[in-house]
Amino acid sequence: MNEQHCIVSNKKLVGTWLALLVLTASTVAITRMELGGYKVLGALAIACAKAGLVIAIFMHMKYEGNLLRWLLFLALVTLAVFIGVTFFDVLYR
Amino acid sequence: MTVHLHKDEHKDDFGAKLGMWLFLFTELLLFGGLFLLYAVYLKRYPQEFAAGGKQLNWIMGTVNTAILLTSSLCAAMAVTAVQRGELRRTVVLICGTILCAAGFMVVKYVEWSAKIGHGIFPGSEHLKAGAPGESVFFSLYFMTTGIHGLHVLIGGALLALTALRVRSGEVNAGNYILLENGALYWHLVDLVWIFIFPLYYLVL
Repeated sequence: MNEQHCIVSNKKLVGTWLALLVLTASTVAITRMELGGYKVLGALAIACAKAGLVIAIFMHMKYEGNLLRWLLFLALVTLAVFIGVTFFDVLYR
Repeated sequence: MTVHLHKDEHKDDFGAKLGMWLFLFTELLLFGGLFLLYAVYLKRYPQEFAAGGKQLNWIMGTVNTAILLTSSLCAAMAVTAVQRGELRRTVVLICGTILCAAGFMVVKYVEWSAKIGHGIFPGSEHLKAGAPGESVFFSLYFMTTGIHGLHVLIGGALLALTALRVRSGEVNAGNYILLENGALYWHLVDLVWIFIFPLYYLVL
C-alpha cells in the first residue's frame, strides 16, 4: 500500500470545482426541457458523474491504496443490491 | 523517561482515515435508504410527487448546490494548504467552508419557513386534508433535507473545532488527520446534496 501522502494542487481542485458547476448548470438545463423519462435518467447520470469527481479528487480516492478502493466498491455494491432487490419486490409484487 | 513516553504517543493516521471511510459507508446506506423510499413512493404516487416537486423552489436549490460545491472546494484546498504547512491559509479556507455552510442553512431556513407558512409540514392539517401521496412527498422532503441539514451543522461544528486546533498549532503539516477526516465528512454532506438536488428540485 502506498502510504505517502499525495498533495493535490489548487489548480486541480479549482478545475474540479468548475467542472462540478458546469455539470450542475447542465442538469438544470436538461431538466427544464420536456424530455419525459429521459430527464430522470440524464439528471441521475450527471449526479453520478459529479459524485465521482467529488470522491476521486476532493476526497483523494484517486490517490488512495487498494484497500479503500475495494471497500468503497463493496459499499456501493451493497447499496445497489438493496435498491435492486427492493425494486424486484415492488415491481413484480 | 517521561520525554521518551511522550514521543511514543500512539499515532495511526491510516487507521483513523480507514475508520472515517467505514463510518461514511454507513452514512451512505442511511441516505441510500431515504432515496430508496423516495423511489418506491415516486412509483406509487407519480402525480402527487410531480405536484409536490413543483412547489419546491429550484432556484434556491441551485443556489444551495453552488454554495455547497464551493464549500467543498474550500475544504479540499484547506487540506492541501495544511499539507504544505500554510497554516494561516488553512484557517482562512476552513472559515470559508463554515461561511458557506451558514449560507446554505440560511437558504434552507427561508425555504422551510415558506413551506411551513403555507401550512406544509409533517402532520399539518393542510397535508392531512390533501392526497396521501402529497403528504408522503413532503414528509420525505422534510426528513431527507432535515437529516442532511443536521449533517451540515455537525460538519460545520467539527470544522470550526479543527480551525481552532490549526490555530493552536495542534494540527499542522505533520499531523493533520483531524482536518483530513473533517474534510471527508464535509464532502459526504456535499455528495448527498448532489443527489437530493436533482431528485427533489429538478426531475419532478
